[in-house]
Amino acid sequence: MAENLSNSTNSEELYSAVGEVGAVRRRRSLAERSWIVLKKAPPTAWFGMIVFFCYMFVALFAPWLAPFGEAEIFPVPFAPWDETHVFGTDQIGRDILSRLIYGARNTMGIALLTTLLSFLIGGALGLIAAIDRGLVDQVLGRAMDVLMAIPSLIFALMLLSIFGSTVTSLIIIIAVLDSTRVFRLTRSVAVGVVVMDYVEVARLRGEGLGWVMRREILPNVMPPLIAEFGLRFCFVFLTIAALSFLGLGIQPPTADWGSMVRENANLIQFAAYDIKAALTPLLPATTIALLTIAVNFMVDWFLHHTSGIKDE
Amino acid sequence: MHPVLSTILKRLGLGIFTLFMVSIVIFSSISMLPGDFTQAVLGQSATTETVAAFRKELGLDRPAPIRYAEWVVSVLKGDLGTSFSGRSASGVDRSRPVVSLVAPRLWNTLFLAMVTALVAVPLSLILGITAALYRNSPYDRSVNATTLVTISMPEFFLAYILILVLASLWPIFPSLSTIDPKMDFAERLYRSALPAMTLTLVIVAHMMRMTRAAIINLIASPYVEMAKLKGASPFKVISYHILPNAWAPIATVIAFNLAYLVVGVVVVEVVFVYPGIGQLMVDSVTSRDIPVVQACALIFAATYITLNLIADIIGIISNPRLLHPR
Repeated sequence: MAENLSNSTNSEELYSAVGEVGAVRRRRSLAERSWIVLKKAPPTAWFGMIVFFCYMFVALFAPWLAPFGEAEIFPVPFAPWDETHVFGTDQIGRDILSRLIYGARNTMGIALLTTLLSFLIGGALGLIAAIDRGLVDQVLGRAMDVLMAIPSLIFALMLLSIFGSTVTSLIIIIAVLDSTRVFRLTRSVAVGVVVMDYVEVARLRGEGLGWVMRREILPNVMPPLIAEFGLRFCFVFLTIAALSFLGLGIQPPTADWGSMVRENANLIQFAAYDIKAALTPLLPATTIALLTIAVNFMVDWFLHHTSGIKDE
Repeated sequence: MHPVLSTILKRLGLGIFTLFMVSIVIFSSISMLPGDFTQAVLGQSATTETVAAFRKELGLDRPAPIRYAEWVVSVLKGDLGTSFSGRSASGVDRSRPVVSLVAPRLWNTLFLAMVTALVAVPLSLILGITAALYRNSPYDRSVNATTLVTISMPEFFLAYILILVLASLWPIFPSLSTIDPKMDFAERLYRSALPAMTLTLVIVAHMMRMTRAAIINLIASPYVEMAKLKGASPFKVISYHILPNAWAPIATVIAFNLAYLVVGVVVVEVVFVYPGIGQLMVDSVTSRDIPVVQACALIFAATYITLNLIADIIGIISNPRLLHPR
C-alpha cells in the first residue's frame, strides 16, 4: 500500500490529493493482510506459533533429523547421557532422542487425525440438527447428553476394554466421544445463522441440504469452530497421552511420548545420584506440556482477534 | 407450586433419566463384545462345553431387555456380578465377586478425593477472590500465569515433578502411596500427600480462574459501582454485594471440578500406585475383565452425574431471581 502511494506521487514529485483519490485502490494481498495482523500479535502468540512450527518441522522431517531408528535397539539399556546418545537410552536400549523425534510424528499425527474425524462427525451432525430444529435435533441432542454424562476418559477406557487397544479403535473411539462437544458448539453457533434471510433464499431456490450446510452456513460459523479445533486438539492430544501413559493407547514399539514417560519413570528414583537420568522421563512429558501451552496461546490470541474484544 | 421446587424436580427427573440411559449404555457394552472374547477370557484351549457354559452364565442366550432388568435389580441390591479373571479353560472357577474387589478400593479413592477437596476448594476460593480484588496487580498476574501453566500440563507431568522434587531429591514424602486398612489416619494422610497435592494443583487452577472471572464480571456491573460510590468497604462490597450473585457460577465450577477429580484420579492413582478404583479400572481394561470395568464405569458415571446435578441444583437455589418470584 505504502509503495503504491509513493509510486503514484513520484511522477509529480508533489503530493496530490486528487492523485491519491483518483488512483485505483489496490486490494492488499493475503500475505500483506496476514502480515498486518501478525505484526500486532502479542509475544505469547508468537511464542505459540514458533513452538508449533518447530514441532511440525520435527514431525515432518523425523527420519532425517533422528540420529537412529525408531525401534533400533542398542546393547546398553538405561545408558547415561553422552555424545552418541544425547539423552541416553530407554529400558531396552533404544535411543531416547530418536524416539522423541519420531514421537512428534506419531503422537501429533494421531491426535490430528482424531480431531479432524471428530469435527467431521460433530460438525456435520451439529449443522443438520441446527437446520432441522425438529425431531432429528431432539434425538441427537438427547443422545449427545447421555454420551457427555459419562466422563470421556472413563468411557474411552470401557470401550477400549471391549474393542482392544489398536490405533484404529483408539482414533474412532476418541473421535466419537469428542464429537459430542463439537456437536454442541456447532449447533449453538449455527442456530443463529440458520434463521438468516440468505439461508431462507437458498432453500427457496431449491438448494439441497449439502449445499446449504457447506456454502451458506459453514463459512459463517468458521471462526469459533477454528478456535474450538485448537482447543479440542489439545484435549484429544492430552487424552491420547494419558491413555498411552496408562499403557492403553499407542502400543510399542511405536514411539509415543505418553508411553515413554511410563517406560522411563523409574529413573526418577535416582535423582539424588544422577540428576540427568532423573530428567529423562520428564523430557517427553515436557514436550507434551509445551505443545499444549503453545496451542492454547495461539487459540487465545485467535479468539481475541476474531471476536474483536479489546483489553479489559 | 413454587417455581424453585418445580425447576428442581424437573432437573432431578432429567438426572434420573440420564442415569438410566447411561446404565443402558454400560450394560449393552457386554453385548458389543466381539465373538472371540470367550477365548481371550478362558484361554485358547477352552472346550466348546466350557464356552457354552460361560455364555449361558453371562446370559447371552436370553433376550437383552430381560437381562437388563435382572442386572439393574442385582446392582441395586449391591451385587455387581463376578470377575472374569480366575476362570480357566478347564471350567474351574476361582473368580471373585466384583463387589469384594471394588468396595475397599472405592473407600481409598473417596478418601483421596475428600482430602483433595478439603484443601483445594477453600484455597481456590481465597486465591480467586483476592486475585479479582487486586486485579492486574503483580500478585494477580503471577497467580494467573502459574495457573495457566498448571492447567496446560498433563496430570502425570505434575505428578512426576512432585516426585522428583519432594520424594527423590529431598525425600520428604514417599513416592509410592501404598495404603492398607490397618494404617491409622495420620499415616494414611502422610502416604497420600503427593497424589492429593497433584490433584489439588490440577483443580485449583481451573476453580481459581473461574471464581476470578465470575467476580470480575460482577465488579463491572452498575450496582457494584453504586455500592462503591456510596462508600462501602471493599470487604463489604465483596461479601454483601458480589458474592450472593457469584455463588451460582462458583458452585457450578466447584462441583464440575470435583466431578473432574473422578477422571484425574485414574491417572494419578496409576502414577503413585495408589490402591484405588481408578487403578483397578486400568488393570481390568488391560486384562479385559469386563464386569469389573462395567462396575467401575458405573460408579464413576453415577458420581459424575450426581455432582453435576448438585451443581445445577445449587445454581437454581442460589439464583435470587428464582427465589423471589414476582
